Amino acid sequence: MKQLKILGLVAILAGLIIAPFTQATYGTYVLSSWLVFTVAAMGLNLTLGYAGQISLAQAAFMGIGAYSTALMTMAGLPWIASVVVGMGLCFVVGLILGYPALRVQNHFLAFVTLAFTTLAFLVMRNEEWLTGGIYGLVGVPRPSVAGLSLMDGTRYYFFTLGVFILASLSFWWLVNSPWGRAFKGLRENPIRANSLGVDTRLVTLLAFAIGAAYGGLSGALMAPLVQYIDPMSFTLIISLKILLMVVVGGSGYFFGPFLGAGLVIMLPEFLRFAEAYYLMIYAALVVFLMVVCPSGLLGLLSRGIAAIRSREPAERGDLKEGAQL
Amino acid sequence: MTETVLSIRNISKSFGGIHAVRDVSFDVYKGEVLGLIGPNGSGKSTLFNCVLGQLKPDAGGVTVTGQDVAGKRACELSKLGVGRTFQQLSVFPEMSVLDNLILAGQEHRGSMFSRLFGPSDAGLTEEADRMISFFRLGHLRDELAGSLSYGQQKLVDAAMAFMANPALVLLDEPAGGVNLTMLGHLKERLKTYNREHETTFVVIEHNMEFVMSLCTRIVVLAEGAIIAEGTPEEIRANQTVIDAYLGS
Amino acid sequence: MSDFLQLIISGLSTGSIYALAAIGFTLLWQASQTINFAQGEFVMVPAFFILIGSRVLGLPFPIAIGFGLAVAVFTLGFVFKRLVIQPMLPHGHLPIVMATIALAILMRELVKEFYSAEAQTFPALFSEQTFDVFGAVISHQDIGNLAVSAVAIIALQLFLGRTRTGRSMQATAQNPGVAEILGVNVQRMVLYTFMINAALATLASVLISPIYLAKFSNGEPIGLVAFLAAIVGGFNQVRGALVGGLLIGVIDNLSAAYLSSEYRIAGPMILLIVIILLRPQGLLGTSEGRTV
Repeated sequence: MKQLKILGLVAILAGLIIAPFTQATYGTYVLSSWLVFTVAAMGLNLTLGYAGQISLAQAAFMGIGAYSTALMTMAGLPWIASVVVGMGLCFVVGLILGYPALRVQNHFLAFVTLAFTTLAFLVMRNEEWLTGGIYGLVGVPRPSVAGLSLMDGTRYYFFTLGVFILASLSFWWLVNSPWGRAFKGLRENPIRANSLGVDTRLVTLLAFAIGAAYGGLSGALMAPLVQYIDPMSFTLIISLKILLMVVVGGSGYFFGPFLGAGLVIMLPEFLRFAEAYYLMIYAALVVFLMVVCPSGLLGLLSRGIAAIRSREPAERGDLKEGAQL
Repeated sequence: MTETVLSIRNISKSFGGIHAVRDVSFDVYKGEVLGLIGPNGSGKSTLFNCVLGQLKPDAGGVTVTGQDVAGKRACELSKLGVGRTFQQLSVFPEMSVLDNLILAGQEHRGSMFSRLFGPSDAGLTEEADRMISFFRLGHLRDELAGSLSYGQQKLVDAAMAFMANPALVLLDEPAGGVNLTMLGHLKERLKTYNREHETTFVVIEHNMEFVMSLCTRIVVLAEGAIIAEGTPEEIRANQTVIDAYLGS
Repeated sequence: MSDFLQLIISGLSTGSIYALAAIGFTLLWQASQTINFAQGEFVMVPAFFILIGSRVLGLPFPIAIGFGLAVAVFTLGFVFKRLVIQPMLPHGHLPIVMATIALAILMRELVKEFYSAEAQTFPALFSEQTFDVFGAVISHQDIGNLAVSAVAIIALQLFLGRTRTGRSMQATAQNPGVAEILGVNVQRMVLYTFMINAALATLASVLISPIYLAKFSNGEPIGLVAFLAAIVGGFNQVRGALVGGLLIGVIDNLSAAYLSSEYRIAGPMILLIVIILLRPQGLLGTSEGRTV
């Protein structure tokens, strides 16, 4: 089973490396955009999927990351410096936004984070001196690595892929470390977790802050990709889109956001034939999906596997003993 | 003189005009299994919550191994060496039994950062496995805790309370809703644990049979005050206690 | 001063319409813990049902309103409850949040594509004539809206408090388990709540569409205001939603007049955050209590 998984991962990675050579410029761009959004969705998956704290603010964090990168790189600073600043900023703002979660949950938290996204959007739109207002910032440069310019789409794709793999590996490490267990403990039973010594207050704040930092990283990758950012890229609708990626893929599953982001990014491409009806079909699909499989695609898959396993007739002595307890 | 683990000093607590607990004091010593009993509304739960730092007493104080618990958050209390179980089912349902137990111990291992960069199980797999086999849950090690039977989940809950090697464990109605076979098993395991580790227990429980056979000493509360204290045999024979329970 | 009075009165008038949407919102929450992120669209859409009745089917306007009401109660009440919400109820809040958000988009797009993307004029129930009170210009419409909302809310309160069905609905909202034991058909009561919500939304639609015109994109601001009103007033009270609605109506009107238009929406947003943080149970609400 484990070998199978590793084999699968290697195959997917190989696919991702070959992919841009089979695609035209546009295909590569869509793939890059999938990588970028997966990073944002991964962050939200930590906050929501692992730690159980709903957030509608991920687009705002992408915005903070994207504007930091755009402003700093356009001023001639290196990309990596802008990433550090953008992620750091998001981490701090995420910590602050986490505070409401210490008091309120569920729908209240959804509204607070929704209000935050709207406020962030207003600042991006109205503070023209900094953000360029509704016209946004044009001409965000792409970084160069070791003197090699990444202006070419395929090269930037590989750069994004590299950062994406780093981000995924760190995420994997995080959620499989004791911290990941503490996040899940917070989601499953905060009172019990607290009584076992888990500082639930700190863990809640960290879940927001780290999730936000991933949002910032995603924004820092996005700005050079599209080379033009405006407030409309970071509205509530985009937050919802990221939330959708997490929920559709399977929130709380490591690969959930990968799959979810893929679907959400690719679906418009497949629905092109529908033209004006695209958004309608899209929305109807979401409603349908939520009704038939509320735990997302990976949730459905894992329940399916569990169901098949439990049908195995093997009768075990220790199970019998256990049944008596 | 044995070491005092829990010391309750002149605790009073009222809600509105009702005195839930009135000037209650007692000590619990190392290795004791103290039962806290009393009819409904006698102030057991209020007292229990004062010990857990969840309620702030109007007067008096609680110390655990010499340290004041007033204003302590649950996680800080845990660091002081206080473990507890819950009246309702209280496991992490979507995590395996093993992960439940590792989580129960990991926050007491190293610092936050050593945990982040250290091994995934915080070096606790072996200890968790020992605890799992101590409670005879070996066959359920990798099952999701939420898929276990009620009694099995109670065992997991109890096992979790011991993972951090606490000085004091508060058991909140451990027998509630557990079937007879399981109850015997739970009691026997708790006794064994107490004997092997000299861990101090405080038990709140309605099931008299369970309390009488588990505890070494019993404190009886009625209307917010201690009306009797002694060994199970003494309590069984105490006329005041019988009257309080019969309501005469 | 007269300007101020005028702003207050017209604020109360729109506020009373917001209150209708907010009350429906809190009713759904109480009955089934459903947060309807499509509530604004629930107010936007009935106007189009009515327009279809009057313009497409050629019904006289009052009958068209009845037609719109019936369609709304069926689709936004019955179908919404049975086909969308019911299957998701056992799975917590998140799927419902996602699905109602998507539903909002779906409804917006349906109206835009199949009716019109343009704002539609909508016949007013009351004349736009005005009269002066202490120099403030007050329209019949303002007073009419206030009156109709007030009657609807009083009728709802009487229904909930005085009739057997109403009391069963309240029992269901407070404790479905106990209600079930007492012989209340809980699922049916929840269904009634959804239908009442649809009816309230239709009424709000009829009152607000003459003011803002009927347009596919109207739902978003209305929904936001309904959430705000519900949160300000407290989620577990009809009275709270009413006060919240009126308050938001007035605040919105005043901030539109006195604040910079760029940050107009920021005022209510900040209010929202402050209220959630300081009094999560709302200004009038009682604490829902946290289990320990």
